[in-house]
Amino acid sequence: MRIIPFAISTVVTIGLVTVLSMKWGPAPPFGKFLSPQQGFWQNAEPVDKDFSADLQFPELKGKANVYFDERLVPHVFADNDDDAYFIQGYLHAKFRLWQMEFQTLATAGRISEVIGDRAISYDREQRRMGLTFAAENMVKAMEANPQTRAAVNSYTAGVNAWISHLTESELPVEYKLLDYKPEQWSNLKTALFVKQLTKTLAGYGYGNDFQYTSLLSVFTDDEIKILFPYVPDSLSPIIPKGTVYPEPTSFAVRPGNSDSAYLKKTDSLQILKTDKPVPGIGSNNWAVSGSKTKSGSPILCNDPHLELNFPSIWYELQMHTPSFNAYGSSFPGIPGVVIGFNDSIAFGFTNGGIDVMDFYKVRFKDDSKQQYWSDGQWKDTRIKIEEIKVKGGPTVYDTVAYTHFGPVMYDKSFTSVSSGGDAFAIRWKAHDESNELLMWWYLDRARNYEEYTEAIKYLECPVQNIAFASKKGDIAIWQQGKVPLRWPRQGVYLMPGEDDSYSWQGYIPQEQIPHVLNPERGFVSSANQRATDDTYPYYEPGDFAVYRGWRINQQLSGMQQIMPEDMMKLQNDNHNSMAEIFRPALLKYIDRSKLSAEEQKLLGIFSAWNLENNVDEKGPSIFEAWMDTLSAKVWDDELSKIKDPITPHKSTLVDCLIKDSAFRYADNINTPVIETVSDVVTASFKAISPALLQKDQDNKLNWGNVNTLTIYHLLRTGATPFGKAGIANGGGSEIVNATRKTYGPSWRMIVQLSATTEAYGVYPGGQSGNPGSRFYDNFVDTWTKGQYYKLWVMNETETEDPRVKWKISFSKE
Amino acid sequence: MNITANERSKQLINMKFLTALLLTALCSFIAGLYFPWWSLAVIAFLIALLVHQRAGKAFLAAFIALFLLWGCLALWIDIKNTGILSKRIAELLGVGSSFLLVLITGLVAALVAGFSAMSGSYLRMSPRKA
Repeated sequence: MRIIPFAISTVVTIGLVTVLSMKWGPAPPFGKFLSPQQGFWQNAEPVDKDFSADLQFPELKGKANVYFDERLVPHVFADNDDDAYFIQGYLHAKFRLWQMEFQTLATAGRISEVIGDRAISYDREQRRMGLTFAAENMVKAMEANPQTRAAVNSYTAGVNAWISHLTESELPVEYKLLDYKPEQWSNLKTALFVKQLTKTLAGYGYGNDFQYTSLLSVFTDDEIKILFPYVPDSLSPIIPKGTVYPEPTSFAVRPGNSDSAYLKKTDSLQILKTDKPVPGIGSNNWAVSGSKTKSGSPILCNDPHLELNFPSIWYELQMHTPSFNAYGSSFPGIPGVVIGFNDSIAFGFTNGGIDVMDFYKVRFKDDSKQQYWSDGQWKDTRIKIEEIKVKGGPTVYDTVAYTHFGPVMYDKSFTSVSSGGDAFAIRWKAHDESNELLMWWYLDRARNYEEYTEAIKYLECPVQNIAFASKKGDIAIWQQGKVPLRWPRQGVYLMPGEDDSYSWQGYIPQEQIPHVLNPERGFVSSANQRATDDTYPYYEPGDFAVYRGWRINQQLSGMQQIMPEDMMKLQNDNHNSMAEIFRPALLKYIDRSKLSAEEQKLLGIFSAWNLENNVDEKGPSIFEAWMDTLSAKVWDDELSKIKDPITPHKSTLVDCLIKDSAFRYADNINTPVIETVSDVVTASFKAISPALLQKDQDNKLNWGNVNTLTIYHLLRTGATPFGKAGIANGGGSEIVNATRKTYGPSWRMIVQLSATTEAYGVYPGGQSGNPGSRFYDNFVDTWTKGQYYKLWVMNETETEDPRVKWKISFSKE
Repeated sequence: MNITANERSKQLINMKFLTALLLTALCSFIAGLYFPWWSLAVIAFLIALLVHQRAGKAFLAAFIALFLLWGCLALWIDIKNTGILSKRIAELLGVGSSFLLVLITGLVAALVAGFSAMSGSYLRMSPRKA
């Protein structure tokens, strides 16, 4: 008689266990997830957690100690280099494993394995861009060099030492949420990390050939040159104006038919959404010489602007071995200190913005993609079958053809961007074999300018402005990278792939790339602007910023007796240079007689604004809205024929309107009357007024309400509570403090190279990647307030210093 | 049946109830250290077989045992963590508060354990049929 109730309760039990063990959409399997012994509760780190430990690994060669300070920054003291890299890998994994693996899975186009079919097209794009191909080539170079081979092998072993000892309950909480497990780390994953960064900094967002080509359906090449000027009026270049460049030693030869075959009018391309660089966001770096500082020693500063995320892309550390002592920020995923300083020098990076990715139109013989037409003959492609595993679904296969240019990213089977199924191959510098890790290996150890120049030669892609300062008193900056030699306009538009005369013809010789050592003005700086004025003899297309560089150079020129505090002020500078340059023209053009009393009041606020993008100012909100609408009113009528067009840079609008009160594009071509600049300036102000007046009434016109920052978790809206929204600290695009929506200064660093190095730094995150740790986001408030931490360069005699909170000792056995 | 015997059997049942409860909690805790989370269902089932009670009582003993075990463990962790993570997870799962998340944690384990213990109890009542 009891069999029925037994059966019922057993079925209920098994049912419950099954339901609680299954993953439901984005929700985790609840039984496992909620278990206080294995699930997410295990990631809730006691706030008084003791991080000290005594660890043995057979891979180690000697002994090492890691001292953690009160910010959980490790100071690694190892008696040999290999162990230092092993420990760095171990620490990266211990504190940041999930992000390292997730980012490299994303680079390799393997996210579908983790989150299912909604990532398939993302994964296909990554693979068709050849990111793994690029990483494999990098591994060859990395493993061929004895220094980087040892470093990366030790690093990988360190990451895997952590992964191998990882228990179910110790898994980072994101693995538990998404219900998967980490795989072993590899040298390839380290290379993939570098290539993902390269895609961000020199991917097809820069000099997007598709979007420029689509402009040819509306404008001529000469018109496009005016809309996208090579050298903007307000450019304050990295290499001071007036610098005399040596005669070029290499040239690229223009193909005979380029006017008819290349710079011709096109039919409108169907361009769908493509990546574009975030306007006005980039990075700043500068170094001032001792002649301008109070201490007499150089100061180097850097704040790279990136998409801000949790866990942060940066992990701060000190690495000390008999051969080097480097401090700074590192990327979880690669060995070494990436932006930082050692006992002799300091170094910092900004993006060069130079276009090193071109698209060539390829004609296949047939749909098998096995042959393509090149220089009068059919050439064989190399076919790569991409296998995309999908969580909870069938595996997807994708056929990618590789030409002598590189992978064919777009063809009939993948047309999210291209026109009518045409095939386009990528020629991208990042695909070539190179060993960027070796640059950091040498930089971390460099003692002077000569060793710095030796080190940076290994950076081929992405092009970076590398600022330098040394204790010997030198300052310098090089725009480092392997940049193709180009004939004017080469690579701006899609190029014909059948004619080899359109291929790259070599690179700008290393000694001729833009650089400057100890300039007379006493400082070097870069902020993603074009490096040189138009006297530089090589043609370099790309995407560049204008106003941050203008402001930084203007400020540094006027400064004397500089102290680190002055540099902090400059990194947090909210001055709106674009408004400074353009406001007089706007106020001149606006027709006040057409404004209502309310609109007059709004204009009054704008004209009285102190030009600072501070949180409590209303001026920046008005200026931004006005510029956006003005830009739209000027360009949208001409650009409406193009899908997702690229719009001229704001600086172009500013320069053109200041120069030319009869600017032809001010006219709306869709109306019978001819609009003047005054008409369009007035009309755009009237258009924005109602919304702004309403905001003012609601007390929401302050810049702090308009320009708020969100730092998302890497899973974006999939883990919103792991992020932080509503951060207000002023700034904006084109502002030195380049804080915008989800972007901002990802690491602010100031290093004074006095006898005892005096350094400051902060990043909007925390040393732990665990959302359950008090070290997950504890730097954010300091960062928001524009404050810094004093960086402690520890030495061997300070092991008993009260700043040491925890210690992990590493040994062989 | 005399009164004393009745009293004694009641006491015995209470003793049994408490024994089952404590044993289930203890063994589930130990199993949880080495085995997947659902090992608690196996434990609850086995304890209900060993310490025989009527189905309702078996359910209740295991239910309370796991509610207290998971609930108290979660609560203890949460206090030491000052709610940093539970606040985030509660928001992520659309659960109102950290405290509610602790209750749900306890409840999930309690339900599984309860039903499993009930099965154990029914099985013991009809050993030949099972």
